[in-house]
Amino acid sequence: MFSKTLHISTSPHIRQGMSTDMIMRHVVYAMMPLVIFAVVSFGINALLVIVTAVASSVLTEHALCRWSGKSSTVSDWSAVITGILLGLTLPPIFPLWMTFLGGVVSIAIGKFVFGGLGSNAFNPALVGRAFLQAAFPVAITTWHPSFLEGRFYSISKSVAAFPFSTPVVDGISGATPLSAFKFDKVTADTADLAFGFISGSTGETSAVLIILGGIYLAVRKMMNWRIPVAILTTVFVLSWILHIIDNQVYPSPEFMLFSGGLMLGAVFMATDMVGSPITPRGVVVYGAFIGLIVVVIRIWGGLPEGVMYAILLGNALTPHIDNLIRPRVYGTKKTKS
Amino acid sequence: MPKNGSKGEKNSTDTVLNLQSHTFRHGVHPPENKEETNKLPVRQFPFSPLIILPMQQHIGAPSRIIVKEGQEVVRGQLLAEANGYMSVPVHAPVSGKIRKIAKVPVISGQMTEGIYIETFHYSGQEVNEGIPISLDTATPEQILKGIQDAGIVGLGGAAFPTHVKLKIPEGKVCDYLIINGIECEPYLTTDHRVMLEQAKDILIGIRYLIKATGAKQVIIGIEGNKQDAADHLSKLIPADLPVTVQVVPVKYPQGAEKMLITSLLGKEVPSGGLPIDVNAVVVNVATTAEIGRLLPHGQGIQERVITITGPGVKKKGNYLIPVGTPLRYVLEQVGAAENISEVYMGGPMMGVAVSNLDISIVKGTSGIVVFGEDNIPKTEKIFPCIKCGACVDACPISLNPSKLGILAKSEGYDTMAEEFHLMDCFECGSCSFVCPSNIPLVQYFRLSKGIIRKRNAEKTAKANV
Repeated sequence: MFSKTLHISTSPHIRQGMSTDMIMRHVVYAMMPLVIFAVVSFGINALLVIVTAVASSVLTEHALCRWSGKSSTVSDWSAVITGILLGLTLPPIFPLWMTFLGGVVSIAIGKFVFGGLGSNAFNPALVGRAFLQAAFPVAITTWHPSFLEGRFYSISKSVAAFPFSTPVVDGISGATPLSAFKFDKVTADTADLAFGFISGSTGETSAVLIILGGIYLAVRKMMNWRIPVAILTTVFVLSWILHIIDNQVYPSPEFMLFSGGLMLGAVFMATDMVGSPITPRGVVVYGAFIGLIVVVIRIWGGLPEGVMYAILLGNALTPHIDNLIRPRVYGTKKTKS
Repeated sequence: MPKNGSKGEKNSTDTVLNLQSHTFRHGVHPPENKEETNKLPVRQFPFSPLIILPMQQHIGAPSRIIVKEGQEVVRGQLLAEANGYMSVPVHAPVSGKIRKIAKVPVISGQMTEGIYIETFHYSGQEVNEGIPISLDTATPEQILKGIQDAGIVGLGGAAFPTHVKLKIPEGKVCDYLIINGIECEPYLTTDHRVMLEQAKDILIGIRYLIKATGAKQVIIGIEGNKQDAADHLSKLIPADLPVTVQVVPVKYPQGAEKMLITSLLGKEVPSGGLPIDVNAVVVNVATTAEIGRLLPHGQGIQERVITITGPGVKKKGNYLIPVGTPLRYVLEQVGAAENISEVYMGGPMMGVAVSNLDISIVKGTSGIVVFGEDNIPKTEKIFPCIKCGACVDACPISLNPSKLGILAKSEGYDTMAEEFHLMDCFECGSCSFVCPSNIPLVQYFRLSKGIIRKRNAEKTAKANV
């Protein structure tokens, strides 16, 4: 009797059932409404940008794994997230060859050189985007109005620009609300900002969809809700104080919250688990820091938008936050930090 | 609430306090899986034709055998005596004949000294009476000696000699005696059944324990999923006993000594310290019942209640099984599936997987969980740590398992121990349970702790040369 070989494992013999690839997959689900809205508002160009970003991220990850002799880690879905996030942060008529390059840099420099998933210091998609911003400052600030007629079939000349050629800017291009404010002091309607009837990067325009995606993940405990709450609260409070001081110079807090890449960054990028602190208190410090930098760059910096740099700086600060903020271990005195 | 030794609240007899707000930090909620056995009364298990008794069933020195091969023994008779203070004796679980004295397999995979007994077929299996320990006249020392002589160890699973635990060190005072009826491990229902069926023994046991420790107040801690046991016990508490029953929230690892003390007393046991450092002693409820049952008759442990459950067995239940009963015999009797593929002793969170069915039931065995081939949990792929923080939110003592796991991989043992308090980890498994990357964190920590202990021992040895 009982002739089978016994299965031996160490305790615990049961698992909660959540897995890393499952978390990643749900993050992708949570971003799908943004992708769909991007295509609805910006048309086929946005679709091409996002698909190219995903394809280049996934291909780069696969190729690098093979090259280094490891089995491919594509199935953990993290490269897909990087690709979608990169695509969502680019202008809708961004040249595809640049997009492809951005995906390669995101994965190769943003993730692989650090040691792959879990070891990256920075959000890979933002590393790729920072590279694109430095390399192609004009293309990455060439905006495009949303809801144009014919957007579902006419491919922009800029998008289809031949590799390594300078993109041709089409006749129509539009300023984002943030740059309009920065350079012309024109603010946009808050409702338009919230629902996304404005110009901007492919996926950052609809604050409502971003928040819904965030709630989906937070309810499933796949995202630390404290991070976006800390970032948004900080931005709101600081810009509210500034707005009270001088409402001509400083924009309203609602405008600050709903414009630019803040929502997308706060909900989907700053929450990258690898680059954010591990303790609840550390996460609040990290979020407040990012919020502060966003306000500083937007108000006093030379750029209209600062979310990308704020999150990258937050990522850089994370190891120090984790080192300084440590929960008191049971049965020990308060540790001095 | 027994806080700061407020003496005005003594004699609160039939109180069931619900402390839903008062609990330890973090913890996890594994599926309980207790409903299949928690309504089933304890049943006597048949006597196996062959009993295999290891001499090391407890923490400490193995017992010293005092019988010879071929000798006939009576159930309850002393077979091996305690080898020093940190050791307990072993009694005959059946009447029979010593077939041989040889090495026996144990769960760790090693072979240790042991006794094989052929059970007498038609024996009435009457238990040998010893010299009773009188509750009225015995001194605390006599009670502790009686507990050791009965071979009693922690029946919750740790198998630490109970008399050692109950010895109050010089200069310390025991204010609170905590009876641990938490049983937070999923699947297990032995303590639950013991509380429902052996309340009298528990209360007698408490009287012995009060005398032995000088405790001023006794708290029986029970998890909210055993409200019936809490109600039952609190009804039976006599007016002269300073005992309260407290129901605490269901949360793993509520049954860990330190966590239970925090939940009941609001105090933390200092790092590296013992419960007595906060004037408390914690004893498992089944151990207490055993003390109350054995000491009045001067007997030794011959059997214990074990939950046998899991998808791989037909006759799930709570059984009173003689110590030394071979596991293979147990599985045959309960109708285990032919294709059993995983068996562990203890609960799923801290239990140990069995590699060899020829091992036997020991005093520390609280449960046997069996999985057939079709229902063994599949081995999940291990991903890198993504620093999600789930382990940080789970660790009941607020360690950073993520950081410790990374340090363990890079062999940073000194940093783990000195900076990140690894040695406080009691291996409850909450971190591994929640880890989405399926990193075997507890396993890393067990190994690391072993390496650190070995290094420290070597250092001390060197210093002494």
